[in-house]
Amino acid sequence: MAAHLPYEYIYLRYKKKFPHVWCPGCGIGIVMGSIIRAVDFMKWNMNDILLVSGIGCTSRMPVYLDFNTLHTTHGRALAFGTGAKLANPSLKVIAVMGDGDALAIGGNHLIHSARRNIEITTIVVNNNNYGMTGGQFSPTTPVGALTTTTPYGMMEPVFDICSLAGGAGAVYVGRSTVFHVMELDKIIAGALSKDGFSLVEVMSPCPTNYGRANRIGDAVKMMESLQENTVTIAQAEKLSPEQREGKIVRGVFVDRDDNEGYTSRYGKLCAKAAEEVSRREVH
Amino acid sequence: MSGVPWGETRLVQGNEAVALGAIASGIDFFAGYPITPSTEVAEILARELPPMGGKWIQMEDEIASVSAIVGASLAGARSMTATSGPGFSLMQEGLGYACMTEVPIVIVNVMRAGPSTGLPTQVSQADVMQARWGTHGDHPVIALVPCSVAECFHLTVKAFHLAEAFRTPVIVLSDEIIGHMRERFTFPAKGEVQPVPLSEPNVPVEWYEHYHHTASGVSPMARFGRGYRFHVTGLTHDIHGFPTRRIDEVVPKMNRLKQKITRRLDVLEHNEELGVQESGVVIFAYGSVYRSALAAREILARKKKKVGVFRPVTIWPFPDKTVKKNLDNKDVIVVCELNQGQLIHEVERLTSDQVRVVPLQRYDGYGITPEQIVSKVMEVS
Repeated sequence: MAAHLPYEYIYLRYKKKFPHVWCPGCGIGIVMGSIIRAVDFMKWNMNDILLVSGIGCTSRMPVYLDFNTLHTTHGRALAFGTGAKLANPSLKVIAVMGDGDALAIGGNHLIHSARRNIEITTIVVNNNNYGMTGGQFSPTTPVGALTTTTPYGMMEPVFDICSLAGGAGAVYVGRSTVFHVMELDKIIAGALSKDGFSLVEVMSPCPTNYGRANRIGDAVKMMESLQENTVTIAQAEKLSPEQREGKIVRGVFVDRDDNEGYTSRYGKLCAKAAEEVSRREVH
Repeated sequence: MSGVPWGETRLVQGNEAVALGAIASGIDFFAGYPITPSTEVAEILARELPPMGGKWIQMEDEIASVSAIVGASLAGARSMTATSGPGFSLMQEGLGYACMTEVPIVIVNVMRAGPSTGLPTQVSQADVMQARWGTHGDHPVIALVPCSVAECFHLTVKAFHLAEAFRTPVIVLSDEIIGHMRERFTFPAKGEVQPVPLSEPNVPVEWYEHYHHTASGVSPMARFGRGYRFHVTGLTHDIHGFPTRRIDEVVPKMNRLKQKITRRLDVLEHNEELGVQESGVVIFAYGSVYRSALAAREILARKKKKVGVFRPVTIWPFPDKTVKKNLDNKDVIVVCELNQGQLIHEVERLTSDQVRVVPLQRYDGYGITPEQIVSKVMEVS
């Protein structure tokens, strides 16, 4: 390792797999940087980390990171991750998915993973559309927005990812953007530190598809709009309902310790089952 | 009951024998979703695995179940799921993923009548082609068909061994009759069946290639969390597991995927033949129908009518060479199956025009009776 390289390089397969597939102006690389810094902050051994993903732009991330990496089928990252985590609870499992991957085809796995409280940290990169297939609408495309499959404007309401995950039982839920990188690093580190299902929604621009279709401007303009259109929880509390209209709130919405993780509960179940069986055999 | 009753003789149900065969093989992980007529496998393992420290989870659907067992296998667990037709359809995605990424898993499909919800509590053998070609893309498949409670046990054990040896999914194609039938079965003595040993790479971490080319086409597989950091993807990949579109990497991968199975028919082929050589008429049957074929053969013998019976136990890969060698010189082959004609096409493909290949098919949710086979044989020979 050359001494002048930033420490993030330790975690990259930088000699093998770069350049990456993401478009100029895409925010997914910034999320990858945040994940690296959060993992480094946790001082986890790379051998213990399993990074699992589904299909889509975000789900191409595992190939670039020098962990145990698993690029699965569309929407199923959490199902594969659940199997791996339960089979080997010492693995630190991180799932990365896009909005379509996590909420449409993988929506059922998401809510049940949250309900089970399986110890997985899920990072959902929300760029408001399906980027890899050329910009179709997703469950997070805002009403009225144009995509290749909503040529007359999106008419379906959106999912609120954070409310969904919190409602389904996640022990830690946060939202940030690729503009607010320092905040994002902290929120992801907070998610990694939980022994349960944690989820971080990261708002990220897709200038190539979503930005172009909706004439939002270039990547820089989209980044600026992440700054302009979002407020922290504290800021939101001070705003009048009119001022809050259209603003997206950033911060940690759920952070609880009253729900034991799945593999921990499963371990207790095994002990109870073994005790019951041995008691039966004695009688 | 707790664990495998080694050495004991008991009245055992087919699905129960599958579950106990899995335990005998050292199953570490089961994920599943309730579906008739396979549910007993999940129920028995839900009772048996936790006290042993084994992992058992009921997932939200069959796609999640097969995904979970692939993830578990990569993390070092001997993994299995059990399902039936509609669930097997949902599992095709994960089955293809396991073929492509060469992850050992066992999928038990207790066949019921379809299409769609069909006759959920009744028998069929109509998933034979789904087992072969249900997932998209060219891919290898190993499928074993038990005809008895004893075979439910032994073929499940075999499935775990083959999955590990070939780094591929192995399908146990049971059916509703076999799954719910109870028969006398003597479990093997303790020590006769050993847990399947998991392969481990013996090279330094930096030398490890997840898809190393070997003469057999299969290389030892590292598991997540043991120091070998590797990438797994359903994208077509190079020997390290990283995505590739290079022709000189894509073609060898595809060839190896196929040949690791087709070049090892010596190990995989498993047939049963009774009086085939000396008979001009042969009954071709598999699974529960084979039992009726055996009974029919006895009835016909009493009528001084000599027939042979041919049964493939491993139906995929199909025993091409043996069928061609042993059946292409017959007068009549009666292919009995609980569908509208699936394996009969394989038999027709391998026999010349002089051989009459006659179907005996039933697809009303009931088994083929010995009497039906007898009258078909009398009618055509």
